[in-house]
Amino acid sequence: MASGIYECLSKISEKITANKDFLTELDREIGDSDHGINMARGFAAVMEKLSPDESDIGAVLKKTGMTLLSKVGGASGPLYGTAYMEAGKVMAGKVEAAPEDFNAIFDAAIAGIQKRGKAVKGEKTMLDAIIPAKETYAKKISDGANIVEALEAACKSAREGVEYTKTIIATKGRASYLGERSIGHQDPGATSSTLTLEAILDYMKSK
Amino acid sequence: MKKLINKIDKIVDEMLDGMTAAYPQYVKRLDGFEVLVRASGPSAKVALVSGGGSGHEPSHGGYVGKGMLDGAVAGEVFTSPTPDQVFEAIKAVNGGKGVLLVIKNYTGDVMNFEMAADMARDEGIKVEQVIVADDVAVENSTWTTGRRGIAGTVFVHKIAGASAEAGLDLADVKRVAEKVIANVRSMGMAVNACTVPAAGKVSFELSDDEIEIGIGIHGEPGTHREKISDVNNIADKLLTKILAEGIYKAGDEVAVMVNGMGGTPLMELLVANKHVKKVLDEKGIKIAKTLVGNYMTSLDMEGFSITLLKLDEELKKFLNAPADTPAFVQF
Repeated sequence: MASGIYECLSKISEKITANKDFLTELDREIGDSDHGINMARGFAAVMEKLSPDESDIGAVLKKTGMTLLSKVGGASGPLYGTAYMEAGKVMAGKVEAAPEDFNAIFDAAIAGIQKRGKAVKGEKTMLDAIIPAKETYAKKISDGANIVEALEAACKSAREGVEYTKTIIATKGRASYLGERSIGHQDPGATSSTLTLEAILDYMKSK
Repeated sequence: MKKLINKIDKIVDEMLDGMTAAYPQYVKRLDGFEVLVRASGPSAKVALVSGGGSGHEPSHGGYVGKGMLDGAVAGEVFTSPTPDQVFEAIKAVNGGKGVLLVIKNYTGDVMNFEMAADMARDEGIKVEQVIVADDVAVENSTWTTGRRGIAGTVFVHKIAGASAEAGLDLADVKRVAEKVIANVRSMGMAVNACTVPAAGKVSFELSDDEIEIGIGIHGEPGTHREKISDVNNIADKLLTKILAEGIYKAGDEVAVMVNGMGGTPLMELLVANKHVKKVLDEKGIKIAKTLVGNYMTSLDMEGFSITLLKLDEELKKFLNAPADTPAFVQF
């Protein structure tokens, strides 16, 4: 039985690609004008590598991570590449994602990003979207929500996290060179992370 | 956007093939990779690998050759190359004495090169790295990623490259590279920003009478904007910030680089250099060597950077040693 992981990654790829220019424009304001371009190139390569009949979620996530690592470049390549590879480890051999699996995926991805990027929350990075999303997801699940409800709430937290990045100074990555001039701009990485979560939610709703 | 390109997503690929077409005596390309290595192949010395995003030509492939680099890895425009590409370069240039990676201090570059170094060590290759962080426009604090690596990197290529050619071992080549890094500082400015081909528009907009001070080499905005003034005054601002580091004092010997950002006429760089010499003369700082030209560019950006490197006898010897590369020849 197909696990749906291919369809889920298709949704992510479509969403990132549809927002390519938007992400690049955000990066132009405080970075180096390439985030959308690099991510879209990476996911185009991912979709070329994957086949619809692969069902081992862990194996597919690992392949996704390795492809992003070799095709995206910049900081996003190692960060997203590591996140997907770490998520792949916790899902190795699984063909279905239970509610608590998403907790493990969040934790593994965040730990990977932190290890690679040496960042914490509040530095105007992707973590400012993903960490609140993870916390909300875990709380909703423990309160008895189903995956879709919990992911819906997690996406809302991620969007709030993106809004929060507008209010703070970047202290990591190229945006940190701007100092106070980075205030008022939303972080491109937090934005692409939120788009990723929204795509996963779209997929779970369509199941 | 008006650009001399064929296909935007082929620009790096075609540039590298253009390099090998022009300089087959110096460089060859690793099949299937965005990597240029010496045409002569690896030799029994420490090898140097540098690289980064493309758009900084003649960096980095232009410095592959005798007395400088052994390999250069080209990422997409302004995007760090990926770990697998860097790994291939390390394997191809390793002559058994180990490989030194010269990395510019950007989050992406450091991550990708470090991952490649890990992969190479897993295969038993001796790898060390140095991180160049010469840009004084960025405050060096825990609140930033740290200073960027910019034009001063070329001095690291030249001097560490010469030390490797002279037969120093990996630890010693690394020591020499770190001595350069400790004594080199740069700062840049832009009259006009650059256009990344895939983005299609300028990376930041400046009005007719505005300049951007403290820019990096990726079209990222600088520290602040101001009204344009004469070039002496602009050079003074950059120099003042560099000299405030307290590294360069009366009686010291330095190397100077007035580096064009890609779209600046050499005439203007020379005018700037005239003033740099005047200021250093007045301060009693001796100039041992001056480089004026496009060494570390930012596509079509108009502007320049100033770099000072304090020399001691060892650095001076390696700076003056011969080099034979597509973009830097010295007898």
